[in-house]
Amino acid sequence: MSKPDLIIHDEKDNVGVVVIETTKKGQECNAWIMENDKTVNVPSSNDVPLGHKIALKDLKVGDTIFKYGHDIGKVVKEIKKGEHVHVHNVKTKKW
Amino acid sequence: MSMFITLKLKSGKLNMGIPKSFLGYKRENGRAGTRNHVIILPVDDISNACAEAVANNIKGTIALPHSYGRLQFGADLELHFRTMIGTGRNPNVAAVIVIGIEPKWTKKIVDGIAETGKPVEGFHIERSGDIQTIMKASKKAQEFSMWASEKQREECPLSDLWISVKCGESDTTSGLASNPTVGNLMDKLEPLGVHLCFGETSELTGAEQVCAKRGANPEAQKKFMKTWSEYNDFILKEATDDLSESQPTAGNIAGGLTTIEEKAFGNFQKIGSRKFIDVLEPAEEPKKGKGLYFMDTSSAAAECVTLQAAGGFNIHLFPTGQGNIIGNPIEPVVKLTANPLTAKLMSEHVDCDVSKILSREMNLDQAGDKLIETTLKVANGRLTCAEALGHREFVMTKLYRSA
Repeated sequence: MSKPDLIIHDEKDNVGVVVIETTKKGQECNAWIMENDKTVNVPSSNDVPLGHKIALKDLKVGDTIFKYGHDIGKVVKEIKKGEHVHVHNVKTKKW
Repeated sequence: MSMFITLKLKSGKLNMGIPKSFLGYKRENGRAGTRNHVIILPVDDISNACAEAVANNIKGTIALPHSYGRLQFGADLELHFRTMIGTGRNPNVAAVIVIGIEPKWTKKIVDGIAETGKPVEGFHIERSGDIQTIMKASKKAQEFSMWASEKQREECPLSDLWISVKCGESDTTSGLASNPTVGNLMDKLEPLGVHLCFGETSELTGAEQVCAKRGANPEAQKKFMKTWSEYNDFILKEATDDLSESQPTAGNIAGGLTTIEEKAFGNFQKIGSRKFIDVLEPAEEPKKGKGLYFMDTSSAAAECVTLQAAGGFNIHLFPTGQGNIIGNPIEPVVKLTANPLTAKLMSEHVDCDVSKILSREMNLDQAGDKLIETTLKVANGRLTCAEALGHREFVMTKLYRSA
């Protein structure tokens, strides 16, 4: 059981959370999926700090972001697999 | 304190580590406190000076100054009284001095607190002025303080714990680890008969349908959706923008939380796999016995904890991501974090560090046990970080402008 760089809540999720101080651009991240205890590899295209999210697949404008297996917002700017996902490319559907 | 409950968990695993009792202060009405405060409670903003002078004169007492209590009306006034009376009734309070500008509202609060059987006395300032009121109230406060100082902690059943929860300055580590740790504690302690309470109506936005399904019966589910919808309508009516930097806060965003929905699903982890049996008004005392309650509160930390304390909860668990530092004058606030940077850089605010969950050096079951151990130490009298640092945030919720 190695230390993960990313944690993914649910198998259905399309984002993972950085749990080390920062990822480095080009880093191959070791990602742990909590729901099924599987481990996958995900590239990091940017330096992404602790607690921030990385896309697990390519996402188009209008796509839904899934975390905890649930809808947490919509993509407002195209996101490539491995890129930082945050307020610059995702918005709430609520307010 | 050597007796332990053997609890068979769902997983079939036996948990031998949960003590059966804690050392608390038994009160006249059968409740138990984790603290033994004598409070000087001002009815209104203009009585703060008097209350603070009395607390300065008489050691072992604390004043609870606040900003409101004049010309309020309707539901807002009812909430003011409920919060004042509930604060005085809380079992962490041994005795109360109430000071108001005039006798009528002062008496209403005194009478509400007196129902518990604890010593309470009211003073009003009109027709005598601050100085004479301070003298009279100080004499009574001295009597109360010396009386309360004789109270001893006694063995109380674990079910005398009323635990409230609220998270703050959350980040993604809250939803990943510190909130689920609280959920794990709830899953372990609820079967032992404790009262539990979560709130933060606005911060369940996005997860409201999933949360509603956790109502233990159709009435609780319906009541939750009505409460959430009314709060959400109010936010939409008052909002001038998309609430960016209000919900989520600038601190949440810095910590990686992007939307209110993401924050809500993280928040919701605090109740574990429990179901809530009833929905409480702000500051309302639960009346349906042991179990989990939802209280309608704002998501601002001090407002929420003040309301939960007024509802009668005697110990609070507060998971934080980026490092909220809140305390409460009467309800000890136990802080936990899973963010390793917060644990390192703000260690004087962290009662329970569960950051090893993220590196998989600790699992949720172990983290839940660690939090139970910390909670019981605090229930037995250990000061929380917030108490040692002097955090006494007492913030009344005001629903609208006064008349």
